[in-house]
Amino acid sequence: MAETLIFYVLSAVAILASVLVIGQRNPMYSVLMLVLSFAAVAGLFIQLDAPFLAVALMIVYAGAIMVLFLFVVMLLNAATEDHASWDQTHPLRHPAVTRFGTVFALLLVLELAYALLRGNDLNQPVGSQATPQVVGSVRELGRVLFTDYVFAFEATSLLILVAMVGAVTMARREGEQR
Amino acid sequence: MDLRLVIQLVVIGLTFFMLINASALLVLAERKIMGFMQQRYGPYLVGPHGALQPLADILKLLFKEELRPKGADKWLFTLAPILSVTAAFAAFATVPWGAQTTLFGLLDTPIKLGVADVNVGLLVIFAITSMGVYGIVLAGWSSNSKYSLFGGLRASAQMISYELSYATSLAAVVMLAGSLSVREIVDSQAGSWFGILSHWWIFVQPVGFIVYAIAGVAETNRAPFDFPEAEQELVAGYNTEYSSVRFALFPQAEYINMTTMSAVATDLYLGGWHGLLPIRTPIDPLIEQYGLGWLVFLAKVSGFLFFYIWMRWTLPRYRYDQLMHFGWKVLLPVSVVNLIATAGIWLYFNG
Repeated sequence: MAETLIFYVLSAVAILASVLVIGQRNPMYSVLMLVLSFAAVAGLFIQLDAPFLAVALMIVYAGAIMVLFLFVVMLLNAATEDHASWDQTHPLRHPAVTRFGTVFALLLVLELAYALLRGNDLNQPVGSQATPQVVGSVRELGRVLFTDYVFAFEATSLLILVAMVGAVTMARREGEQR
Repeated sequence: MDLRLVIQLVVIGLTFFMLINASALLVLAERKIMGFMQQRYGPYLVGPHGALQPLADILKLLFKEELRPKGADKWLFTLAPILSVTAAFAAFATVPWGAQTTLFGLLDTPIKLGVADVNVGLLVIFAITSMGVYGIVLAGWSSNSKYSLFGGLRASAQMISYELSYATSLAAVVMLAGSLSVREIVDSQAGSWFGILSHWWIFVQPVGFIVYAIAGVAETNRAPFDFPEAEQELVAGYNTEYSSVRFALFPQAEYINMTTMSAVATDLYLGGWHGLLPIRTPIDPLIEQYGLGWLVFLAKVSGFLFFYIWMRWTLPRYRYDQLMHFGWKVLLPVSVVNLIATAGIWLYFNG
């Protein structure tokens, strides 16, 4: 009973916070709402007996990445987006862009509906190795990650490295010596 | 009600009470030690030898007017100090401070001294302490003042940079102990080598301990790394616009964070409640027999806290670019090499 109640409260907080990330105009509040959403999802992970995933989510996303987001918002001193003229001239307000976005949003909704309708075995884990014992124990999770899924793991880290090098290259100005 | 539950609740309440008082005692200790180091008395007038000075400070702060700048963000300005102090208290939740004890035979099954024993306890401490940065950053931003904003910016950059080397140095200990539960890590340090040297991880991980100590000072924004509130440059940094109780919460959070940092250092490197001194002494078996390990733990934490204060009044502040240079180009490589070397040696002997 209590568990069901906690599940619904956490889910409501997660959904509401996610909606508010794009639903209000102060970028600072958007960042904070995303952090709140992460915290609620971490709570859901704990309910699913996966404390390591919950804590990893908090450390990596809420603790590091969102602080960097906050840093950038503060550094650029991003203004609140409530100026009518600014809204009208924003490139994203262009009719072509809006149509494009609508099509993709509809596609996403259809895809989610399809996945929900098809996945009647939601209790069944995706990979054969991902038993509750594996997800619950850090040791087992690490073993599976570095043996069975080592290719995916290394490919992901390489992808992140490439993205990082790309960001550094793009941030450097043309013709700068250092 | 169940006696066991009552005692567990008393232990939790006691932890909270000790943390609140730790901040008051540390204020007094800091001023007394500073006075001693500068060849003066420090606070002397309130109470015997100035012992009631923290009480006077708190009363003064409580009765001050609470100001909020007109341009400040109403919600975040109020939320920031609350967030700061909540994260500081919550981080101590998975720090154990004593061995399992039956309270001199009062209970049938032993009780664990500490708030909670989670199997990923060390990561929980990480996760919650990294939430603490939001308090400082939001305080800096919501004040709508240039100095505060710079303080908040510095805090976020500094804490992100030093968190990496901090976590990497701890990972080596986790690897040696083979567990993420803080209690299991402490218990892996019981006993001694050759009956002489206490089985503490500091002797296996001296480099890791030094990196942890330095990064810990930077994480808690203490001198010589107190850039978020560098008074010569930023007036008072992120808390410039704060007054009264809202202001008082920031130093309180800082002192509680210092205590947590020292407690984690004690649990992970200095053997927790196992062994009073680096060498085995005849009183060690007695301490374990009578279940007084928590006194040993308190003594070690106090020693580490003294080291913290000692450092503040001895070393001058760094420069900001030196801080970043040191964090990324010295501390992080050293801790990564330490981790890899530890893994290699461990595999060679145990693999």
